Amino acid sequence: MTTEIEIPKEPQKKDGFFKRLFNRPTKPYWNAYVGGTILGIVLFTSFFLTGSGLGASGGLSRIVAFIEDIVVPGHVDRVPYLIKVAGGELNALDNWIVYVSLGAILGGFISGIVNGRVKLETNRGPQITDKQRWAFAFIGGLLFTYGARLARGCTSGQALSGGATLSAGSWAVMMAIFGGAYLFAYTFRKLWN
Amino acid sequence: MPLFPLTLDAIFLKVGVYAIFLIIGTAFGYVLESSGFNKSTILAKQFYFKDLTVFKVFFTAIVVGMLMLFTATAFGILDYNLIWVNPTYLWSGLVGGLVMGVGFIIGGFCPGTSLTALATLKVDGIFFVVGGLVGIFAFSETIDKAAHFFNGSYFGRLTLMELFGLPTGVVILLVTLMAIFMFWGGEKLEEIYGNKDISKAPKGRYIGAGVAVVVAIALIFIGQPTIADRWAWIEEEKQAQLDNREIQIVPEELLHTMHDSKLNLVMLDVRDEKDYNLFHITDSDHVLPEEIPTLIDQFIALPANSLFVIMSNDETRATEVWKYMVAESVPNVYILEGGINNWVDTYATPYENEYCAGEKEDRADDEFKYILTSALGDHCPAAYPHLEEHEHVEYIPKIKMKLKRAPSAGGCG
Repeated sequence: MTTEIEIPKEPQKKDGFFKRLFNRPTKPYWNAYVGGTILGIVLFTSFFLTGSGLGASGGLSRIVAFIEDIVVPGHVDRVPYLIKVAGGELNALDNWIVYVSLGAILGGFISGIVNGRVKLETNRGPQITDKQRWAFAFIGGLLFTYGARLARGCTSGQALSGGATLSAGSWAVMMAIFGGAYLFAYTFRKLWN
Repeated sequence: MPLFPLTLDAIFLKVGVYAIFLIIGTAFGYVLESSGFNKSTILAKQFYFKDLTVFKVFFTAIVVGMLMLFTATAFGILDYNLIWVNPTYLWSGLVGGLVMGVGFIIGGFCPGTSLTALATLKVDGIFFVVGGLVGIFAFSETIDKAAHFFNGSYFGRLTLMELFGLPTGVVILLVTLMAIFMFWGGEKLEEIYGNKDISKAPKGRYIGAGVAVVVAIALIFIGQPTIADRWAWIEEEKQAQLDNREIQIVPEELLHTMHDSKLNLVMLDVRDEKDYNLFHITDSDHVLPEEIPTLIDQFIALPANSLFVIMSNDETRATEVWKYMVAESVPNVYILEGGINNWVDTYATPYENEYCAGEKEDRADDEFKYILTSALGDHCPAAYPHLEEHEHVEYIPKIKMKLKRAPSAGGCG
């Protein structure tokens, strides 16, 4: 004799998988000190296992070099800064930092999905339009990575990683980053307030 | 001997190594997103003192990471010499930092946070990343015109301890106290500018601050390992290598190594200057034993194919330097067997016997035995013997190149 399992009827028609995935209830962000402690543990784990800290702009830099090596390989072999990364037979992606950066995207996405925060939106101050915000984001990104290359590391690779290992130069870079931002905060107050 | 950091390349295949970095990166991105770093408005608020979340996360991470790192090094589990400490390039760092600061306030992100913003479909984050890629492109195209500035003001692996001349534990306590002071001040500012009710914040943060201060004070008393501690960790294994003569290479092996283009050979002549001036092997560097400690960072930072051969007149002084370098985790260090005396014995030609080497005397241990008529340095044939003339000599090779443990570039390299 076969028992028939009765499937309870859903009161409403269920949404598709993707719709459910992207419409999870939005959860609040972590407490800052909790987030900081966990970030510190991640940073330590990275140093403990691999000897290297965290980073972000280095991975992007290698992705750019990789694309350039496909589009204009001859050019890559003529620019001294790129030779070291992708000159000749070198594969720009054959470096650990690329995988940390890709992981950061993946981790951000997972956390966003789990906590219902993956949403197509533009965050901006009330006095500017979305398009203005995009333009400023583009310029800001351009300046930031230019500075990060010049300083040999960004907020992650210099300030965070070098800060924890007590590198004198990293503390100087960290103070310059925050100093620069606070110095110009008043100038650009319309963007955010 | 500290087991960590691991020699990942020796344990895992390349895929495995990259998988580990991918997992670390994933955890990194997860924490950044969960802390609210994917929202430019949250990031920007810190610069108007309204919401110092980012500031708190950032400095808490530095303090926690620092305390864990130096606790691990204090107990000899982790080797501070082998972890990546960003080298100091003062002016390019400061100017780059200022430019980053301006980019931060205009763009509302930094590179790491923009990646999580992109991952959670924040359009402004996507524009920041695209702008960032253009910035990197612009940098690689323009930096060669400012190479002098970019590579100048270099201070090597300079730490805050060396800069201020303070013990590691004291620096750690000062950083911890400074962070706690900034958190306290930051919360006051949030009350004033952000209308936040701080009394509702969890009380656990006081406990956290207390624990951090206690750990920092404990680290002052425990101290970081000295060179004697470091030698004690490895003494059993390394003393046996010395006694079994596993690391003393014969002149023939050094001669072959000098002609091996795959190796980056560093010959360290640790004798007194007068002996070095009388005779030394071509391309050997004159370094006094007391100068070695200041060079350790540079030695560790050299490429993985670097091989160090230390030489004194006999072996006594070279052995002391070998012990020091090995204890400081410099990889691939060997001693020239019998020192320079043995080298000249082996390779002296009629030329040396007539002009350079002259007579030989019995001297005390580790003194140069040859009486030279003039200080010829490396201007005689024995300083650079021809390989072809000695190729037939057989010897048992002892050099085994080890994989490098220390990373040779940091997070944004």
